[in-house]
Amino acid sequence: MRLTSSFIAGTLFAMGLAIAGMTQPDNIIGFLDFFGDWKAELMFVMGGAVATLAAIKRFTASQRRPLFDVKFRIPTRRDVNPALIGGALLFGAGWGLGGLCPGPAIASLATFEPDIFIFVAAMAAGMTAHTKMERHLEKGN
Amino acid sequence: MSFLIALLGGIVLGLGAATLHVLIGRVAGISGIAGRVLSPDPSERDWRSVFLIGLVFGGALMLVIAPGQFAVASSSPSAIRIILAGLLVGFGTRLSCGCASGHGVCGISRFSPRSLIATLTFIGAGALTVAVAG
Repeated sequence: MRLTSSFIAGTLFAMGLAIAGMTQPDNIIGFLDFFGDWKAELMFVMGGAVATLAAIKRFTASQRRPLFDVKFRIPTRRDVNPALIGGALLFGAGWGLGGLCPGPAIASLATFEPDIFIFVAAMAAGMTAHTKMERHLEKGN
Repeated sequence: MSFLIALLGGIVLGLGAATLHVLIGRVAGISGIAGRVLSPDPSERDWRSVFLIGLVFGGALMLVIAPGQFAVASSSPSAIRIILAGLLVGFGTRLSCGCASGHGVCGISRFSPRSLIATLTFIGAGALTVAVAG
């Protein structure tokens, strides 16, 4: 049930992204184009998602553990550090350049478009570079 | 009309994130799931790989139902630009521990100040990039 749940969650997530048009880089770039022909749709996507998730969490707040696992694993960090800001700046730059973030890019692999494969491969390389850097820094300490 | 569709998409996406939360207690942050899919712990690897397969499956389903929702190759940017964008997105999301889903949706839904600041920062950086290199 644990893995079936995860599969269903991923499927719903991708369907939502595609319905919302987040799988079209033009919509992302249109949202980021505050000084040009601004498209406000992404605000509605985020608003709908945040409200749905927050409402369901509120309804299930008395739940002491997830239905098919032993405990909740939710991030608890609240600190704002240079890595958070620096990483968000780099991500934002890449988001503006390509009009794709990780979710829509992976969901779009289904199209077999060469551009999507190039993007996802580069994204995986960027993630691997970060993992290598972290290991290197850990060794240094 | 397009705002209603965007809202509907957001709700379905939120249902996906809520499914992961309520059923297995995990956060639907795609960069974290993709970046740690090769985790040494098998019980953290399995649900992540299955989630990613679900993500592609959901994409395939929508491609059948509404093919117009996906990018078409006609307005394709250069390969160098795509590679640079991918590298920045991959490295940046791991460095800041989250992307539009992890910070923008899951983090904001639990009122995390970290996520709110990250979200405003990547939207700002994205807007600047589009203004300069769009």
